[in-house]
Amino acid sequence: MVPIRSVTSDPGSLSPNDLPWIIEHNEDRCTLCGKCAAVCPVNTLKLSYMRKRMPKIVLSSSERGSSYKTFVGIRQNTDVGQRCIGCGSCAMVCPNAAIHPIHNKTDRYRFQNTKKGEAPTRGGRRNEPGPSLLDQISFNRISMLTDPALDAGRHEFSLNTLLGRVLPPEEFIRRQTTGEWTPPIREIFPFIIGSMSFGALSPNMWLGLLQGVAYCNEVLGIPVVMATGEGGCPPWVLKSPFLKYIILQIASGYFGWDEIIRAIPEMQCDPAAIEIKYGQGAKPGDGGLLMWYKVSKLIARLRGVPEGVDLPSPPVHQTLYSIEESVMKMIQTMSMAFNFKVPVYPKISGSNSAKSVLNNLVRNPYASALMIDGIDGGTGAAYNISMDATGHPIASNLRECYLDLCAQGKQNEIPLFAAGGVGKNGNVTQNGMALIMLGASGVHMGKYIMQSAAGCLGNEQNRCNACNLGICPKGITSQNPKIYRRLDPDRVAERVAETFMSIKTEMKKVMAPLGRSQSLPIGMSDALGIGNKDAAERLNIRYVC
Amino acid sequence: MCRLALKTATTPFSPYCVLQAMETMQEGYDGSGLGLLLRGVEFKDFSYRSPDPILSGVAHTEEALNRLDQYMLQKKGFTKKYEHEFQVDLSEIAATDRYKYFTRVYQIPRHWNAYSKELIEHELMMTSLHLRKDGADHGEDLSIFSFWPDVVMIKEIDWPLAVGRALSLDDGRIKARVIMAQGRQNTNYGVNLHACHPFFLQGIATMTNGENTAFLPIKEWLEGRDFPGYTGYQSDSEVFAHILHYVIRQLKLPLQTYKHVITPLNNKELAAHPQGEFLRGLRDVCRRLIIDGPNAVIGTLPDETCLLVMDAKKMRPATVGGKPGEWAIASEMCGVDALVPDRDRSKDFQPMREHTIIIPPDRQELEIWSQFDQLPQTQAA
Ligand code: SF4
Ligand code: SF4
Repeated sequence: MVPIRSVTSDPGSLSPNDLPWIIEHNEDRCTLCGKCAAVCPVNTLKLSYMRKRMPKIVLSSSERGSSYKTFVGIRQNTDVGQRCIGCGSCAMVCPNAAIHPIHNKTDRYRFQNTKKGEAPTRGGRRNEPGPSLLDQISFNRISMLTDPALDAGRHEFSLNTLLGRVLPPEEFIRRQTTGEWTPPIREIFPFIIGSMSFGALSPNMWLGLLQGVAYCNEVLGIPVVMATGEGGCPPWVLKSPFLKYIILQIASGYFGWDEIIRAIPEMQCDPAAIEIKYGQGAKPGDGGLLMWYKVSKLIARLRGVPEGVDLPSPPVHQTLYSIEESVMKMIQTMSMAFNFKVPVYPKISGSNSAKSVLNNLVRNPYASALMIDGIDGGTGAAYNISMDATGHPIASNLRECYLDLCAQGKQNEIPLFAAGGVGKNGNVTQNGMALIMLGASGVHMGKYIMQSAAGCLGNEQNRCNACNLGICPKGITSQNPKIYRRLDPDRVAERVAETFMSIKTEMKKVMAPLGRSQSLPIGMSDALGIGNKDAAERLNIRYVC
Repeated sequence: MCRLALKTATTPFSPYCVLQAMETMQEGYDGSGLGLLLRGVEFKDFSYRSPDPILSGVAHTEEALNRLDQYMLQKKGFTKKYEHEFQVDLSEIAATDRYKYFTRVYQIPRHWNAYSKELIEHELMMTSLHLRKDGADHGEDLSIFSFWPDVVMIKEIDWPLAVGRALSLDDGRIKARVIMAQGRQNTNYGVNLHACHPFFLQGIATMTNGENTAFLPIKEWLEGRDFPGYTGYQSDSEVFAHILHYVIRQLKLPLQTYKHVITPLNNKELAAHPQGEFLRGLRDVCRRLIIDGPNAVIGTLPDETCLLVMDAKKMRPATVGGKPGEWAIASEMCGVDALVPDRDRSKDFQPMREHTIIIPPDRQELEIWSQFDQLPQTQAA
């Protein structure tokens, strides 16, 4: 049957009402300055002429009719690619509070989000609002019987953790006596800035992070380290004394590694560690993808690739992607490159096989740690389905691994690091401490740092999440100077310092009532409670209600 | 908070004197338990010869005692040389079901004579672990506190003096050169005979006041060591004894390193320490053993060395005082007063967080060793 042409709608047509965010524009207050349209990262705002009838009723006259007024209004683009992402930038810049996005729970756009046959992708992390499992854990072994709780404000606390292979004490003493090599160990702050590559992040963002990290270390005495993600590291950083605060990541694309290797002779210090990425929680099994519009001149140089081409990291690489083999090859090669003075460890996605990977590492004398990234982790560009539904939550995965190490009497030897949704709802210290008491030696956080230090707008209700498109409204994840100049590195650095200072205070507020101050309460699961019977049983912690 | 008292003297003395000292500190406990350890023992009606192991414990039923006899005599081939008969009057204390408190001197099986010292010590530990498990398998009808040469242990639930009277400890028939006592049960876990301090493993014993909040991770770590003696843990304080055992017997480090393991120095202090590098490495590999209470730990070693260490927070009181040949350590000054009244009080010492007090076996003078000092053995260099 022939469709009716007069109705201008096709199967993919959407109205603003079908989108997750609807723009509310108040033309009474709008002065048509155009700032909103200029700032909108997705070009969803269109100024368009609209016509309005002005009915005129003059009782004394025989004249009847209306006049018409033409005015400039704002239309919202309903094309899926240019839909409003709710970032709220328009509201932020509007001088007259005339515009803002409104969240629409009944959105239908996701049925249409497959234009040109492409499965939906986005940046950000799992869209799952509500308290996470980690948020539900409480600390309830409060000291008050034989010992009063400590004073978080006045006691001295040691909050640092170890990154690096820890020998069994007997073996350590034997090697001390014979003068043999002992594995490198770093003492670091247990909250680590997780791997976000110099490519995913804008130059201003990583400069701000680096400055902030240096300030934390050198002025505040908080030994924060940050991981680079795959994508290399600017040569001046490699040759600077700041390198010791940086965990260099190598992954299947080997991006930036020739620069790193070339810089070795000129390095003033060793990097904090080398992280070999086998997988990440938000897209387990997938390689990374840096889209062409983020491959700027600088990024191209850092990574040793031509400008403006898509940079997919292969999920599988002959030299990397069999754990057993690479435990032997990569870890040893990397250790050797840095003279066995730098901890080298793999990062894997949380999965049912994490325990086997761990046991493989336990048997490798050069493996320094294991980093497990759970499903709630974030990413620069991934398919929605990977981010929302593929992977393993971190809590039970980490716990299983830790208990497995305990059973072998090796829980001190391979430190476990956990990531994936730490601080997802803003409770970063609580989430991190819960993981630490479940057995982690430390936690990585990425998105939380973007949110707290740079004001990233994303949330778990599909807000913003345009990190992969190079149009980040805040300039955090864009390589376009017009956009990233919005971000002031000094302010980012200041926020990094503020964030870590408050994490430190909160850690003390968690530890003091438990009566802990001398060492990080790693594995202190007797202090944890949760009001969910099944989770309590699974995590082997107390059920409280 | 528990109260602790230890006295060490060249001339053996009655345990009752330590119980009296406990009485002076009675405000600190609630009568929920007493633990006593006697080392360097002397029996009035038996001349004890040191290498013979002494088994101490309680049998709650006749059947349990028979099982014990059967195991010790028939299965293992020990010979019973002497049994100390306590004059028991249970009306003084709450417990009614104690069939027999035993303190028995055994002679080791003949074929053990060919064993090395280590093997004998291992076998003694395994024997007591077996008996303890046997008791647990039969509804806790048998409690074993120690099985070791020259050591007698008594644990009971009630006020210390009442326990002393119930067992007639004032009759002068049993004396010792080192006696340690602790009043009060552990407060965080169930009330149970085994949970009274001191804790004992292969001749090494400690008792503690305060709460060890790092108990669970330490316990899990020790249990992972694959050493059969690291078990039990009805009290959070038992790990202190086992860490001391681990440092001295497994790692074979000098006694002074105990302090470095349980309360390591911070980085700045280590940087200035003559063995800073080694100690930093030791801190890293033994990180799990860092205690996190406010605790005072009092202990004795097989050679009658006595020690006292504080945790890093130094929020628990403990005092040491005495004179050549006679020293006392107690959680309160009045305890020391009661134990060695005729000493020079101006020489009493309250250790700070960096100190380890060592009373060597000759008991001539105190060694106040600071964690900032060089370690005594070249091995640690
Ligand atoms: S909320 Fe963001 S995406 Fe939506 S119209 Fe405003 S600026 Fe554009
Ligand atoms: S603000 Fe930038 S980094 Fe944050 S979600 Fe949006 S695009 Fe991504």
